[in-house]
Amino acid sequence: MNKGTLRQILLITDGCSNSGENPVESAKVAFENGITVNVIGILDDYESETASGFEEIEQIAKAGGGINQVVYKEDLSQTVQAVTRQAMTQTLQGFVNKELTNIFGSSQTLEEIEPEKRGEVMEIVEDLGETCHLEVLILVDTSASMNDKLLTVKEALIDLSINLHARVGENNFAIFQFPKRKDPIGLVHNWAKELDSISVIFPKLVSGGVTPTGPAIREAMYQFGKKEMRRSMYRAEEYRREG
Amino acid sequence: MQKNIEEKASIPIKHGTIIVGKWNKNQYTIIRKIGSGMIGTVYLCRMHNNRLVALKISKQAMSLTTEVNVLKSLNKVQDNRLGPFLIDVDDWERQTGKSYSFYVMEYINGIRMETFIRRNGAEWIGVFIIQMLEQLEGLHQSGWVFGDLKNDNLLITESPTKVRFIDVGGTTKMGRSIKEYSEFYDRAYWHLGTREAEPSYDLFALVMVILAIYYPRHFKRSNHSKQLILKRIAVVRDLQLYEHCLQKAILGQYKLASEMKADLLQTMWKRHKKENKKRAAKGNYVIQAVIISSLSGVYYLVSSLFF
Repeated sequence: MNKGTLRQILLITDGCSNSGENPVESAKVAFENGITVNVIGILDDYESETASGFEEIEQIAKAGGGINQVVYKEDLSQTVQAVTRQAMTQTLQGFVNKELTNIFGSSQTLEEIEPEKRGEVMEIVEDLGETCHLEVLILVDTSASMNDKLLTVKEALIDLSINLHARVGENNFAIFQFPKRKDPIGLVHNWAKELDSISVIFPKLVSGGVTPTGPAIREAMYQFGKKEMRRSMYRAEEYRREG
Repeated sequence: MQKNIEEKASIPIKHGTIIVGKWNKNQYTIIRKIGSGMIGTVYLCRMHNNRLVALKISKQAMSLTTEVNVLKSLNKVQDNRLGPFLIDVDDWERQTGKSYSFYVMEYINGIRMETFIRRNGAEWIGVFIIQMLEQLEGLHQSGWVFGDLKNDNLLITESPTKVRFIDVGGTTKMGRSIKEYSEFYDRAYWHLGTREAEPSYDLFALVMVILAIYYPRHFKRSNHSKQLILKRIAVVRDLQLYEHCLQKAILGQYKLASEMKADLLQTMWKRHKKENKKRAAKGNYVIQAVIISSLSGVYYLVSSLFF
């Protein structure tokens, strides 16, 4: 079977966007382009889960076909893993449901078939989730209020890399921060199979400025495309050399 | 936060409610809630034939289905009760129109390992380690790694006294990445290995299960996690006998559960012989009687090997 590639944006933020276009719109566009948008909101110790700003997180994830979760700093590591994995399964289930609808008409979903068959389908979904290629672009909010959370974010991301490394399928990660001076996003860690060098880079991330979540998601979306282009350019070069 | 996730996943059902399966039409009367986790709530129920069963119900049909798949394949392993026995899988449509998925399993009535040890003494630790190793061996041989091995997922049943694994949510196919884990028991958290599902992952967690009895509030990693854990093992008097084996498991020096079991049994036998010699030399029958009773754990274990 041809192994497909799942593409995810993982947005890590601690509050509401306050600059540029509506992030919900950007997330929708990303989803339409085959990229799932997941959002993790980090709470300050004194905040409760219903704090303002976290409604937006839910809306972004919903529009982006992904998962959202609000956590306190201490639980970030496990949440990053859980969200990434759940989102993979959810996307794959989405494909399966679409196929089911194609076959049976109307809107037949996995939940509506009998448990016995559901189990068989779920096995296939799990296999796909384990073996497919995964591209995760991590988008870290580095606005002023994130300052005391970046160390935890770094640890959580290293942990994610360790965890996904055990998968059978190939992984690719990239980390971008937002904002970066005048640009909506800035490169922190280029596409790579592991996030081994972030220990060095992460402390250098200067926090500051506004939170342009919308433009950041839009820019992030193009980073998948860029990578693809770069790849095909390499390939073209190889052909030329070989030829 | 853990709590928040659990609250979101929890499904409150009143005592006395009768759940009727949409597909198989079996009936279950809710008695009380016995647990809740990331993906659902577990209730003690009565079946039509008065049998007590545990029913796990969830809003997340697919996650529940994954667990059912694991239970089914574990139940296929003969003569070895790995995890609870699966009885029924179905959906429940509430009058409110909401639909949930549930599965029904054997009700395992037991107490926590810490409680058992406190009541019955530390001699049982060796017995439980061996029992767990035997179960893990069976599990690994059938191609699975338990994953989320922790004290919350274990119960000790009486007559016969036996460790049972009760939550298979973390059980992962060999070679894949561990599905669910808890920091304290996770070797990757301590920077002492990967999260790849292999037997040594479970063996590490097993040692932490034993350590958690003596450090109920757990402890956190440091820059010298390895030394930290080894020291924490070394300072517990009850664990002196097993120290060498436990430390080897932490360092990932056992590839298989059977290796650890053999090593542990050998250590226990050596000790047993040594005690015997001492006793013979002293010739003090009173002391002998005391030692014999205190070694009942070892006897139990030896007998369990032959039957």
